[in-house]
Amino acid sequence: MNQWKNFTKGFIRENPILVLVLGTCPALATTSSAFNGLGMGLATTFVLIGSNVVISLMSKLIPDTVRIPAYVVVIATFVTIVDLLIQAYVPALYATLGIFIPLIVVNCIVLGRAEAFASKNTTLSSLLDGAGMGLGFTLALGILGAIREMLGSGAIFGLELFPGDGALIFVLAPGAFIALGYMIALVNKINKAKN
Amino acid sequence: MEYILIIISAIFVNNIVLAQFLGVCPFLGVSNKVNTAIGMAGAVTFVMVLASIVTYLIQVYVLQTLNIEFLQTISFILVIAALVQMVEIVLKKISQPLYQALGIFLPLITTNCAVLGVALLVVKKDFNLIEGVVYSASTAVGFGLALIILAGIREQLDLIKVPEGMKGVPISLVVAGILAMAFMGFAGIV
Repeated sequence: MNQWKNFTKGFIRENPILVLVLGTCPALATTSSAFNGLGMGLATTFVLIGSNVVISLMSKLIPDTVRIPAYVVVIATFVTIVDLLIQAYVPALYATLGIFIPLIVVNCIVLGRAEAFASKNTTLSSLLDGAGMGLGFTLALGILGAIREMLGSGAIFGLELFPGDGALIFVLAPGAFIALGYMIALVNKINKAKN
Repeated sequence: MEYILIIISAIFVNNIVLAQFLGVCPFLGVSNKVNTAIGMAGAVTFVMVLASIVTYLIQVYVLQTLNIEFLQTISFILVIAALVQMVEIVLKKISQPLYQALGIFLPLITTNCAVLGVALLVVKKDFNLIEGVVYSASTAVGFGLALIILAGIREQLDLIKVPEGMKGVPISLVVAGILAMAFMGFAGIV
């Protein structure tokens, strides 16, 4: 039951983007379409699971004073793996995400989970926490990408929903800020109503 | 002429925050007051220029000569983290007032994706060292400009009635969106 909670808390209740507001840079930059958003989300999920597991396994070995640099090295290793994998197998995604793949290193969510959760919990809990947080992140990015793609180009995952071009502004930079702003406002409202 | 193009493009046309979405976290985090925004902008400028010089040298003289470019991400982030620590220690020793003004922002900068982002972009765009310095300095100015404008607007926003759910981050994001729209007007210059 408790482990189930570790897994599901990242979806809505502690959603890294919509509630904790961490990692907004990739959320804005890579969500010009639903596919790109999902791709970025899954890449981050992989890094989160990998780093959470390794860090929870090594937490007793790492001296307290150098823990942050040590975590960063672990995270950077997984980011390099993801970077090379995407470059090899999904070159189209690699071209659109560009420098945002190496920038997963400085995504506050990854280091935040390592410090706040993986360093203090068992490997299984850390794995579930990483997977849950990653999927919550993916969910938020996917939805944001779908909204922007729908409003901006009248399509979703490349399938045309209505003819015409849509409001191009939503695919461009300003639309990202505005769409995310309203999404967070909506989640705030729902969370307030629940309490 | 080349340099002027780089400067205008980095500050206005491809503004790092409003067009490239790098450094959005500090952009939202420390834009409550104009004074803190100025402090953060100063610290970022300082670290960004230093970091891009050091990472450029590492890229050219270590990674490329040894043919180990795949270590780019790991080595850059470690260099930036070490550099920030060093800047903090040096500032503390040589200039107490500057340390007091910038000190609290320095630890935050390690996880500022704009610094790593610019280091990566300098390499990706094939700049030479001088172009890289000009680019990173003007990018930092662009970051400061966006940050200070947003802080000014947010100080005014405190005075008006914002709907409950929109308070804080959501209204800042919407304001940032409108700012980004304004900056799109520069698109024709370069």
